[in-house]
Amino acid sequence: MKAPSVAPADVVTVGWWDATREHRLTVQRCAECSGVQHPPRSLCIHCGRTDTLRFDTAAGTGVVDSFTVVYRSPVPDADVPYVIARVRLDEGVICLTRLENAEPDAWCIGDRVAVDWVDLDDGRALPVFVPAPR
Amino acid sequence: MNGHLIGRDQLGTGVAVVGVAESDLGVTDQPILGLQTQAITRALDDAGLALRDVDGLATTGISRFSATQLADWLGIQPKWTDSTFAGGSAYEMYVARAAQAIRAGQAETVLVSFASNQRSARSRSLGGVVEAHTPEAQFETPYAPLYPLSYYAMAAQRYLHEFGATREHLAEIAVAAREWALLNPKAFRYGAGPLTVEDVLASPMISSPLTTADCCLVTDGGGAVVLTSSERARDLRKTPVEVLGYGERTTNTSMTAVDDLTLTGAVGSSADALARAGLSISDIDVIEVYDSFTITVALTLEALGVCGRGEALDFIQDGRIRPGGQLPLNTNGGGLSYCHPGQYGVLLLVEAVRQLRGECGPRQVAGARTALAHGTGGILSTHATVILGVDR
Ligand SMILES: [Zn+2]
Repeated sequence: MKAPSVAPADVVTVGWWDATREHRLTVQRCAECSGVQHPPRSLCIHCGRTDTLRFDTAAGTGVVDSFTVVYRSPVPDADVPYVIARVRLDEGVICLTRLENAEPDAWCIGDRVAVDWVDLDDGRALPVFVPAPR
Repeated sequence: MNGHLIGRDQLGTGVAVVGVAESDLGVTDQPILGLQTQAITRALDDAGLALRDVDGLATTGISRFSATQLADWLGIQPKWTDSTFAGGSAYEMYVARAAQAIRAGQAETVLVSFASNQRSARSRSLGGVVEAHTPEAQFETPYAPLYPLSYYAMAAQRYLHEFGATREHLAEIAVAAREWALLNPKAFRYGAGPLTVEDVLASPMISSPLTTADCCLVTDGGGAVVLTSSERARDLRKTPVEVLGYGERTTNTSMTAVDDLTLTGAVGSSADALARAGLSISDIDVIEVYDSFTITVALTLEALGVCGRGEALDFIQDGRIRPGGQLPLNTNGGGLSYCHPGQYGVLLLVEAVRQLRGECGPRQVAGARTALAHGTGGILSTHATVILGVDR
């Protein structure tokens, strides 16, 4: 996908976005209860603690939970069709993303995928997913 | 269904719907408050009440201060207002809150209303409205999903995959809605002729597996509902329609929060509403559910307990939800073929009340004494169920 403009990071999410600058996908993990969550928050939704969250590097692999091929985009200059998906990371959390590097009609629920990166103009990068190497 | 279950002194909330109306529908060139005025004055007239009787107001979708804005417009100073923002489920929530306010004595007569001129004003955006400070702005909007359509599309894709169903099966929901709309002169698609499964499949794909024909209409429109105590309702113009039960659930704003796309908050909201009414789903004579998309109906029917998980599409293939079928559903033609002004939930209530009063002409469900209205907001984000009944 073309690099979109992305809302700026804030104090809660800056750690997640900073990791993307080196193409590192992270998930927020709680040191107290080991719960994982996405997107980043300032409290753990599993135990409620506010001082125990850190960004762990994720394996960068997962499985397609569901997807949809978009033919009419809300973004005027977007190239259609493109594939929006929910990817369940191996760490357990679900991310919204794009599926790339395959024909839109070729995707199936349950496909294994691996992270890839779209570099943004401001130095951050946006994770997308591609077919996992066999 | 046993008539005694809705006896006034046994079950029920002690609050009744006494007036309902639609605004003009379709393409109106009216401003929002003009449509609100139509719905409100017509609903009050239906009840035999006047604006001076109204001391409670629940609405949204007008401005940032919706109930305040409407009170000012109407020239009243209500004792109670609510502008809970929960998309198409807000109006079922308002019925619950209004019933509580009336029972608590904070208000005597509550007006619940909504209107939108989204078709005339061309105000609907394919990507929805995402505020820049929300997590979704950073983690979802960059990928350019259609909002809410792409979420429902992913739910549909998952549903078809998990339960081995097809787009053909899903299309029956749109086909049945059209059959009902052909019986409703106020429906946007009244006179459009029948819709076939082939028509649905051949319609332009927007966000797979959903085509334009799997999606609700974009029209102007609105409605209003007047509530008061059951005791006072007996002295008014129309047969009181008792509020028997209500329930709600709030589950998500993001597209990634809910683990299972095929399991919605309607399970809990409807269970609570039926328990409060002392009824089971098989006691309900007519069902009005938010059909934002065909998949919404399949998911909601299963959540209500009408059939088991994964069974809805098989269950309806015999024409069961079409006019004359065993399960009268979305009897006005629904958001798919009647009217969809955005937050459609208020019009579910209007149709349920008219069915219970026996006012629906060729689309009337004979002898309907209980109805269920279920609103859904956002991306299967909020769910609210209301059970209504008449004592006749
Ligand atoms: Zn924790």
